[in-house]
Amino acid sequence: MTTTVLSPLLRRVPRTWRRVIRLGALGAVGQVFISLSGMPVRLDVREIIVPILSLGYLAVLAVPVVLGVLLGRRPQHEEFLERPPGSRDLVLGATLGGLMGGGGLSVLALLLANFDLRDPLINWSPQLSEFLSFGRGTAFGFVIWLVIGGGLGLLGGSLRLASSRTQRVIMTMALTVVSAAILESLVVDLVEGVSLEALVEWMYAPRGGLTLVGAAVLAVVSGLLSLVGQGRIKAVQGRIQAMEGPRQTRVNLMLIAAVGVVLVILPLLVGKLTNELLANIGLFVLLALGLNIVVGLAGILDLGYVAFFAVGSYSTAVLTAATSPRIAPEFPWFVALIIVIVIAILVGLFIGAPVIRMRGDYLAIVTLGFGEIIRLLFLSDWLSGWFGGSQGITAIDGVDVFGLLTVDGTNPRRVFYLVLFFCAIAIYISWRLERSRLGRAWMAVREDEPVAEAMGINTVNVKLMAFVVGAVLGSFGGAIFVAKVGSVFPSSFLILVSIIILVVVIFGGMGNIFGVIAGAVVLIGVLGGPKQPGLLVEFSEFKLLIYGALLVWMMLARPEGLIPSARRSRELHQEEFLQDAWLRGQIDTDDANDLHGGSDTPAAES
Amino acid sequence: MASASMWVPRTKVDWFLTVLRVLALTVVTVGLLAFIAQQIDIDNPFARVVNPDATGLTGPQFRGLVISGFAQGAMYGLIALGYSMVYGVLGFINFAHGEVFMVGAMTGMITSNKLDDAGLWETNFIGSLLFIVAVSMLVCTLTAVIMERVAYRPLRKAPRLIPLITSIGISFFIQNTSVVLLGPTSKAYPDMPEWLTAKRTFLEIEGTKIMVICVAAVAMLGLWLLVERTKTGKAMRAVAEDQEIAGLMGVDVNRTIVKVFAVGGAMAGVAGILWGVLFRSVIHYTGFLPGIKAFSSAVVGGIGNLGGSMAGGLFIGLAESTGPLLILEPLGVSGVSQLRDAVAFAMLIGVLLLKPSGLFGERLSAEDRA
Repeated sequence: MTTTVLSPLLRRVPRTWRRVIRLGALGAVGQVFISLSGMPVRLDVREIIVPILSLGYLAVLAVPVVLGVLLGRRPQHEEFLERPPGSRDLVLGATLGGLMGGGGLSVLALLLANFDLRDPLINWSPQLSEFLSFGRGTAFGFVIWLVIGGGLGLLGGSLRLASSRTQRVIMTMALTVVSAAILESLVVDLVEGVSLEALVEWMYAPRGGLTLVGAAVLAVVSGLLSLVGQGRIKAVQGRIQAMEGPRQTRVNLMLIAAVGVVLVILPLLVGKLTNELLANIGLFVLLALGLNIVVGLAGILDLGYVAFFAVGSYSTAVLTAATSPRIAPEFPWFVALIIVIVIAILVGLFIGAPVIRMRGDYLAIVTLGFGEIIRLLFLSDWLSGWFGGSQGITAIDGVDVFGLLTVDGTNPRRVFYLVLFFCAIAIYISWRLERSRLGRAWMAVREDEPVAEAMGINTVNVKLMAFVVGAVLGSFGGAIFVAKVGSVFPSSFLILVSIIILVVVIFGGMGNIFGVIAGAVVLIGVLGGPKQPGLLVEFSEFKLLIYGALLVWMMLARPEGLIPSARRSRELHQEEFLQDAWLRGQIDTDDANDLHGGSDTPAAES
Repeated sequence: MASASMWVPRTKVDWFLTVLRVLALTVVTVGLLAFIAQQIDIDNPFARVVNPDATGLTGPQFRGLVISGFAQGAMYGLIALGYSMVYGVLGFINFAHGEVFMVGAMTGMITSNKLDDAGLWETNFIGSLLFIVAVSMLVCTLTAVIMERVAYRPLRKAPRLIPLITSIGISFFIQNTSVVLLGPTSKAYPDMPEWLTAKRTFLEIEGTKIMVICVAAVAMLGLWLLVERTKTGKAMRAVAEDQEIAGLMGVDVNRTIVKVFAVGGAMAGVAGILWGVLFRSVIHYTGFLPGIKAFSSAVVGGIGNLGGSMAGGLFIGLAESTGPLLILEPLGVSGVSQLRDAVAFAMLIGVLLLKPSGLFGERLSAEDRA
């Protein structure tokens, strides 16, 4: 903490206020950054609640609220040398923090009016100035952001004072309104599918965004629901968990069947665009499940997963397309798929074998290299006689299902069903493998390779198997991608794709099937894939930025992901886990040290 | 890992690896032999068999390649120092270091254009250049230090792959920050003065390349003096050897690690300007490939080994500029210049496959040495 230039000054300030100043400054920087990134101006067109709140303003306004909430939290001191802050101090602190955050924008408004930095900063524009001053002049802008920042900080801070019950209700209300606005196109599509247009017209404004009445009603309803439903869900969960083996399995099966039925019916109710979105989500679920086996189960950080996706795509294209430059056997898609699987296995072995013995971090970089080499080879003139170079292979037929119907990009609903079918296969494979001898071997290798080896596991073969299974699932993704898009170009297989799949896996929860699916649904559904738009179409410019920030934040705050796998999170928090155990008197100190010492060897981390 | 038994296959994977190594060496050897054959006599039967359309290289062409290779290699070496030092001290790959280099190149672009607008770029080129180097070093140092503070310090004790994943996230974030703040188009440096770009009579080398090599040499010398001759450098070496014991000996470990990031960032800043001088254009993904190549350089030289990093940079630079024409072209691969980046990646893989401990030996902390 001694590195900032301000540190000698800061050190004289009491610790609780230091936190306020630090977070306030951070908030100010964050808000200025968001403004200069062009987010507010660009997102202003997307309405959340029609006359009063757009996504652009939400992006900026969220910062002071979050600051307030963070500052309103009672700091947990390791030693109680200072008087713990009272509620009034906390609220005051939160307000001050919000004020500082807002102050950043005030200063920015002043600077915008007086300097021209448009040359390097493309968003240093009159529009931003107008946005920040609400069109009423610089002075107004300067004052209003202080007021807004302070007010929202106060709001966020006082939220903390309310009982946890109230807090949860308020959170639910806010989340419901925002998600209803974000999910607008989906909701509209779905509701119109069951012909309830009146509801939509009443809830959403004609040009997008919730109406005031709609938002209010939604908030009240969700608030009431959360008030009533509090504790119920937990109770039901508890009841299911309390059931004995066979009954629990039956409930689980019923749940899975219900989800399956919903997934089969859903595409029938919604339109083409939503089906396209669903198909994209499904495709990334498939890819993420594949990567999850490599990264999540076997603990091998593969940054070149796109290689398998690319190989699957290109080999499907070459085998099925009539337009393939060199050899064009024009197999039916399902026949080609079998050959694609064989090719994927070979490529998995070929890429896997050289890297399998490397240190975990070297392996990551080398797989990244392989991913890029494969793309560059497909792109090169040298092999363009085979794969079409930068022209790619176009006009590829869709999937012909037993001569009954064709699945191609013109009918996203069929593509979705195809994806769903393969996702089901992938889920089944993952689920079975996780509980198999091989799955346990993967986890053993992930947790401690030397020990796993000592236990008689052939670590090389086991890791290679992970590569191969991952490669096969990735190539499924590629084959479907080709059928869906009808063409392949090298530019579809940038490193970016690997990273986004990695973010999906990490965000959802490495090693947990449901986590990975949830990650794909949330991220790809809302933000979109590398080239595919999500629900927040306006976000497409910023989604990579958000993916990057999300990856860092996840690693810092919650490395086990949204829905963690129990075993994985225990590994990541081993130290705390051991401390807890020690505090509870479960292990004596010597054992804890032994355990700790054993986990510190580098090989355990690869 | 890399043991003496590397070449003696025991399992199937070992066999595969051995075959791969032998294959790689064969390709390189045959390519080189074919090149030598075609240089001796273009109608040499051996050269004709391998590549019927071989044209060979003239003396000046070859010299040009070597000098470009040296200039770029010097730049890679400077970037590699950052990878190498951080790996030596903290034991993880700071993937975002290439992005720090890109930030340096961008800073240089902005500053030099501003100077050009003010007319200083033409009237006082040397002064302007020194100024942009200083600004770029400052900005890069700050970037690297903030990065360490925000993202890496909280993860000091996490499993090794966690900071690596974090650094990928940071790299992504910095790249796209550049996109949203500065725009997604490629941006140009102002024109270099003519006396610099003109080919000198001395071996007909462009002045820019000589300058790049000189600047890199000076920066490297400065770094070497810092690490080997000052107290700070001693602290860095101590922390790299063993953080805990260095701490017990009264070294402020946190502060030293910050300094390591700062120095690495400053070197990347210098390299960023050198990139600007050499190629005169930057775009947000400028940092990615040089970053990868610099990391390969660090590995070639032996990670943690500073002199090795510089030598590794020169090796990678030379191999990259001459490799495609020396080895692939004589083998009859068409469109070799397109495969430059693929060659760079292949070199990375080759290095890690053949000699992961580097040519000059790794210097890692006690616990990373396993």
